[in-house]
Amino acid sequence: MKKTYKIEVDCANCALKMEEATKKVAGITDATVSFMTQKMKVEFEEGADVDAVMKDVVKACKKVESDCEVYL
Amino acid sequence: MTKKQKKVLYRIIISAVLLVALMIITHNVDLNKWLALGLYLIPYLIIGYDILKKAALGIYHREVFDENFLMAVATVGALVIGVWESGDFNESVAVMLFYQIGELFQSYAVGKSRKNISALMDIRPDYANIQGENGLEQVDPDDVEIGTIIVVQPGEKIPIDGKIVEGASTLNTSALTGESMPREVVPGDEVISGCVNISGLLKIETTKEFGESTVSKILDLVENSSMKKAKTENFISKFAKVYTPLVCGSAVLLAILPPLFNQFLLQQPPEWKTWIQSALSFLVVSCPCALVISVPMSFFGGIGGASARGILIKGSNYLEALAKVKYMVFDKTGTLTQGVFQVTQICPVEGMEQEELLAYAAQVENYSNHPISKSLRDAYGKEIDSSRITDVEEISGHGVKATINGVAVAAGNQKLMVSMELNCPEPSGIGTVVYVAVDGQYAGYILINDVVKTNSKQAIRGLKSAGVKKTIMLTGDSRPVAETIAKELGLDEVYSELLPADKVEQVEVLLGQKDVADKLAFVGDGINDAPVLSRADIGIAMGAMGSDAAIEAADIVLMDDDPAKIALAMKISRKTLRIVYQNIVFALAVKVICLAVIPILGIGMWLAILADVGVMVLAVLNATRALYVKKL
Repeated sequence: MKKTYKIEVDCANCALKMEEATKKVAGITDATVSFMTQKMKVEFEEGADVDAVMKDVVKACKKVESDCEVYL
Repeated sequence: MTKKQKKVLYRIIISAVLLVALMIITHNVDLNKWLALGLYLIPYLIIGYDILKKAALGIYHREVFDENFLMAVATVGALVIGVWESGDFNESVAVMLFYQIGELFQSYAVGKSRKNISALMDIRPDYANIQGENGLEQVDPDDVEIGTIIVVQPGEKIPIDGKIVEGASTLNTSALTGESMPREVVPGDEVISGCVNISGLLKIETTKEFGESTVSKILDLVENSSMKKAKTENFISKFAKVYTPLVCGSAVLLAILPPLFNQFLLQQPPEWKTWIQSALSFLVVSCPCALVISVPMSFFGGIGGASARGILIKGSNYLEALAKVKYMVFDKTGTLTQGVFQVTQICPVEGMEQEELLAYAAQVENYSNHPISKSLRDAYGKEIDSSRITDVEEISGHGVKATINGVAVAAGNQKLMVSMELNCPEPSGIGTVVYVAVDGQYAGYILINDVVKTNSKQAIRGLKSAGVKKTIMLTGDSRPVAETIAKELGLDEVYSELLPADKVEQVEVLLGQKDVADKLAFVGDGINDAPVLSRADIGIAMGAMGSDAAIEAADIVLMDDDPAKIALAMKISRKTLRIVYQNIVFALAVKVICLAVIPILGIGMWLAILADVGVMVLAVLNATRALYVKKL
């Protein structure tokens, strides 16, 4: 399943780091972060609990870039 | 500017003023070292507190290679050296200041280019008018159900796809197609959202929900295009991941090795200060920002500029690959030709009237959507009583069989006649031939001709000059027709009499023959060629206004049916890639030169940060050029 979220991030490199961090979260098969459109596209594993996984994603993103927002 | 940006701007101005004041004071008055540090810390903290905070958080999260951490180390290091030896704190504050100016510029430029692109794609309707009890009511297009009658006044955008039930007008489709040619519409016509109603009041019955309407689909497509990243972009991401740690590592070595070398091998003073300063300058250049921002920004601009010309590109990867297209494969009908057929000759066997033969053909093809069937019905021109037609059987790539008033009739190409073991003559003219058999006997043929689009010839020539090696046409049509058109248009190769499945096979063969680096693109009209569109390296669908299938299947969608747009798309792709490469080479060169020169000439952090921010600003400015494709 794929979902797109609006995000807020200030620098292009930070967006890359968020993408990397999101990809490593359990329950996620792939993720793309677009700095230009300020959007995050996430592909979940089959049967993953989206809300729980996204909480981990936000946590992982905040860890690499404290100044970012993901609008769930 | 946003609130956030304004805040940074004020901080920049305040700390810049304070810095200059302090520079003047320290130049004229000999301050105590600690007092000077205290005074300099004011502008330093004003401009850099958020970076220090983020750096601290980074350490806490063990994310040491982030640019906040690096900037913090570099500037704090410079302050320490100031206390330790020189008493000069200007450098540290200045570095932080320039860094923030660079970040602000980047954020402003990105916001601006985002805005420019949404202005180009200004097709999102804000409301729909519904006839209420007290006149017109404005409602959210999202809330309009299928089958609702909406009112579109002159000057308004059509918010939702639908059918005109009342009123006639002229529509401006330029927001969708990039062409200003207006379109006349009358009751019964299908209209698509995003067009602007110019002259008359229209009442439209909606046929889709807003979310499924053309406007929503296009906006969705353009907004998501940056999710499909180009190869260059992925390369830069990978590069950025190793670049920063590499430079940091070299900085550490630069701070430690030369002094030790001096002290123990050369028996000279170690000069720790000089080398640590060089190492700090290294850290300043270690941010890969210029590269990381400018590449996606260029692609974003290129895609935005293209959509303003009616070319929708589904991903940066396709925009990138388009420049490498060496083989352009075309479908014929509806792509190079108008797909509007006209009956040009009717040749019945002896004992049958022309009118009778045409009547049989028109009736047997009654249920088919193929343009050829339509032309037969148009030529027949009379109402067809469909209750008389039974047992309709469509045979893909051959034709149609049906029973009309109890008589078995078949209409189709030569293959159909062969399969029925009937002999049929070669037609005397050029065109698509429809053979007709009545009651198991050959009854005659009808010749139909398609008209070549006015722009096709110019389009093929444009592609050649854009670097396409081979132009190839695939068609289900007969060989003489195909070859006549190929000759007229100047195509290199033509494969005729292909079934839909053969087209995929032929594309596979062509894919196998070419070099891996060369790309093959297939251009079709999105009708019946979805498998080929997806099999080619790049699938280009044209004439997509209102055709969902084409928008789904293709990688690049041309909103109108002008084949010349393909060469334009290639030019946009070239221009974008040129900008991307310029930025990569320029940014890398400046960084490498900086890294090489810093230890040799002992260049200070001043110059290092100027070079770093300067490259970023220039790269971003260069990237914004990608959006401007008007003159291509």
